[in-house]
Amino acid sequence: MSVHAKSSPLKTYFAVWIALLFGTFLTYEVAKIDLGPFNAAVALIIATTKALLVALFFMHLKGAGERLLKLVVISTIFFLFILLGLAMADYGTRGYH
Amino acid sequence: MQPVERENYLNKEYGIGSWLLTTDHKRIALLYLISITFFFFIGGFFALLIRLELLTPASDLVQADTYNKLFTMHGQVMVFFFLIPSIPAVLGNFLVPMMIGAKDLAFPRINLLSWYIYIIAGALMMHCMLTGGVDTGWTFYTPFSTAFSNTKVIEAGLAIFISGFSSILTGLNFIVTIHRMRAPGMTWSRLPLFIWAHYATSIIQVLGTPVIAITLVLVVAERALHLGIFDPKLGGDPLLFQHLFWFYSHPAVYIMILPSMGVVTEIIACFSRKRIFGYGFVALSSIAIAVFGFLVWAHHMFVAGISVYAALVFSILSYAVAVPSAVKVFNWTATLYKGSIRYDAPMLYAFGFLGLFTMGGLTGLFLAALGINVHVHDTYFVIAHFHYIMVGGAVMGYLGGMHFWWPKISGKLYPEGWARLAALIVFIGFNLTFFPQFVLGYIGMPRRYADYSHMPEFQVLNVLSTAGATVLGVGYLLPMIYFLWSMRYGKPASDNPWNAAGLEWKTASPPPTFNFDEEPVVTWEAYNYDELDAPNKQEVPIVG
Amino acid sequence: MSDSSVVAVHGEAHGGTDDPALRHHFATEEQQRNASSLGMWIFLATEVMFFGGLFCSYLIYRHWYFGDFAAASKSIDAALGGTNTAVLICSSLTVVLAIWAAQTAQRTLMLAMLILTMLFGLAFLGIKGKEYKDKFDEHHVPGSSFSFEHEQIPGHPDQYANPRHAEIFFALYFIMTGLHALHMIVGLGVFTWLLTMAWKGRFTPHYHTPLEIGGLYWHFVDIVWIYLFPLLYLIDRHP
Repeated sequence: MSVHAKSSPLKTYFAVWIALLFGTFLTYEVAKIDLGPFNAAVALIIATTKALLVALFFMHLKGAGERLLKLVVISTIFFLFILLGLAMADYGTRGYH
Repeated sequence: MQPVERENYLNKEYGIGSWLLTTDHKRIALLYLISITFFFFIGGFFALLIRLELLTPASDLVQADTYNKLFTMHGQVMVFFFLIPSIPAVLGNFLVPMMIGAKDLAFPRINLLSWYIYIIAGALMMHCMLTGGVDTGWTFYTPFSTAFSNTKVIEAGLAIFISGFSSILTGLNFIVTIHRMRAPGMTWSRLPLFIWAHYATSIIQVLGTPVIAITLVLVVAERALHLGIFDPKLGGDPLLFQHLFWFYSHPAVYIMILPSMGVVTEIIACFSRKRIFGYGFVALSSIAIAVFGFLVWAHHMFVAGISVYAALVFSILSYAVAVPSAVKVFNWTATLYKGSIRYDAPMLYAFGFLGLFTMGGLTGLFLAALGINVHVHDTYFVIAHFHYIMVGGAVMGYLGGMHFWWPKISGKLYPEGWARLAALIVFIGFNLTFFPQFVLGYIGMPRRYADYSHMPEFQVLNVLSTAGATVLGVGYLLPMIYFLWSMRYGKPASDNPWNAAGLEWKTASPPPTFNFDEEPVVTWEAYNYDELDAPNKQEVPIVG
Repeated sequence: MSDSSVVAVHGEAHGGTDDPALRHHFATEEQQRNASSLGMWIFLATEVMFFGGLFCSYLIYRHWYFGDFAAASKSIDAALGGTNTAVLICSSLTVVLAIWAAQTAQRTLMLAMLILTMLFGLAFLGIKGKEYKDKFDEHHVPGSSFSFEHEQIPGHPDQYANPRHAEIFFALYFIMTGLHALHMIVGLGVFTWLLTMAWKGRFTPHYHTPLEIGGLYWHFVDIVWIYLFPLLYLIDRHP
């Protein structure tokens, strides 16, 4: 579908902007709290939320009528996870080092 | 007797500028044709030297260090500068817009840029080879490549890095073109399977190539700055390089074979006068190969030190990836059944492909078995396996396609008798070259050895292999000669000398610059050979 | 697949309009716009995989050498990194505002937003430069002058980080942020060209595709940094 989709109203843009700045502040502060292994998980969840906000609203992925662009994004992330996941399948099960 | 020559993409403009600044996908395809043929000669030259050296057990023609450079540069040139571009950049560029009824690719200027990037990369590679070369193997394994080799690793790495962008841009162009530029009525299920094959190939090019790009950046950085990312002495892991390298380089072999499968599908349908059996299965199997191809890379690393659990997973996945390829072989065979077979040169290449690709694919399954892999890894068994697919499969498909579409590309017919002879010579030469290598690998001859005097009994099979290589070389030279001959002396071709299905055959040979005089509107299914061969059809196949 | 497969049929080589931006092999402007958009998204997919190899390397060594990585991470300035994150977020806002201004024919606002975007980009690079200089002064740049002795592993006051492993962190830090900065510089080049085109009045509510696809690239560079910041700067910031 056309990239010329109805542009998000300004309110949405500013709301996303505030959310992104807040997310940055949040991730900075939470890093100071000791959550053990969950520090990494929380950091990645916040980062992914921010990335999704940028992709959906600033890059207009949400407004795109056809599914093709979303398919491109999802496929790419899928193959990235294959790279990370299957490589870790080796490193995570070596037992040595 | 000569009628006024119709305006076509070849005679529309003359002069070197009109070629070097063209944005016509057909002209760009010919620019690629000349370039990749040049690199095929270079890669073949290295192969000749390798086979000459291996005639005798001792390392007497060249020293080991030089021999290391020979097999390295043979591999790099053949993989990155011949096989990866070959069918997509020549036949794909020429045919994709025509097959879908478009005037050009989506981004014609990016198409030209893609060729220039390839040329720059190729020039850098030539310079590297002429000023000392590189000896790491085309696989660039660390830490030898990053810390110990005394050859031009950085230059070769950069050349391949640059060539990757050519591949990425071609793939990107094809995907956008196939999605956005299809003529009215050309639905996905009416697309020629050649298009499906190139679509799947493009997905691999776009998603896989960037990973080898970043890997080469890391290798160059490590070598230049003495970092320790891949160096065990400094805490790095050499296997990380192998994971990143093979994440691309395994799917790369599917970049090399999928387009060839697309070509073979078109040829078999035309020369059996039948719709391909199981169109949907063949289309989806192309996509499945592209997806599964990304899941199996560590089968190149079974004995390198990965965990046995990871090895198990990758072994199982490697068995799975064979299934969609087998689906294609079954569908091609079923298409032949009760078909009206013609044995023109393209079909001879397709038959060769069927047998040789099947052998190559089956031996891949042997290699996927962990137990067997331990014994034949890094032996000539592996070399035979991948040459059966790359040469017996991909190159045969490329030659078959060049013959099939030559009338469309040049407007001339090639001499059929010579072509069939050449196909036979290629087939015989190929088997004589590479079948002995299966045996050699199985009985223990390691790959990448200049000197095998510890096992002189290997010599007989090596001599056979070199003899075969000479025959194969003759087989490759013949088409180059008669294609050039036909451009001047060949019989003019009609629009559709094979009476084949496909939009490309509905326009002139050679086509006009914008492909079609009027935008086609498609109302028929793909491979409508029953309609084409119906008795009231006036067109009579004209074959030279 | 439900994408736009039916295209308006035109007999002429040019789509029947006088739009100079419409290239001859496209039938309609919509087709051209959709092609450009899809092309940029696929290009961004290649960039994801390009950076992906680096994230893979990072992931593996962080898994192997967590303590050493934590120590090295603590030595880079998270406040500067966080500021840079905010700078890029602001620049993404100005990009979408520039496009909105083009869509609503507000030329001055469009130019102002484009210039502001570039200023934010330059600010990012400036802060990055300061960070790099700090690392250079502290001998944390990998190579012959690298030194990372007697740095405690966070949470383990009795253990010191292995300098060789810390050097791997810094190698990845410089390559990842350096590659990112390179993409920023390219982005600034792209926006210089966009600004020039905007100044010449080439963008209208009807046609501003280059702004949109340039914007996509810029947002992507922002997203990469959104991941780089916590992964590189915030491994272990427990006081």
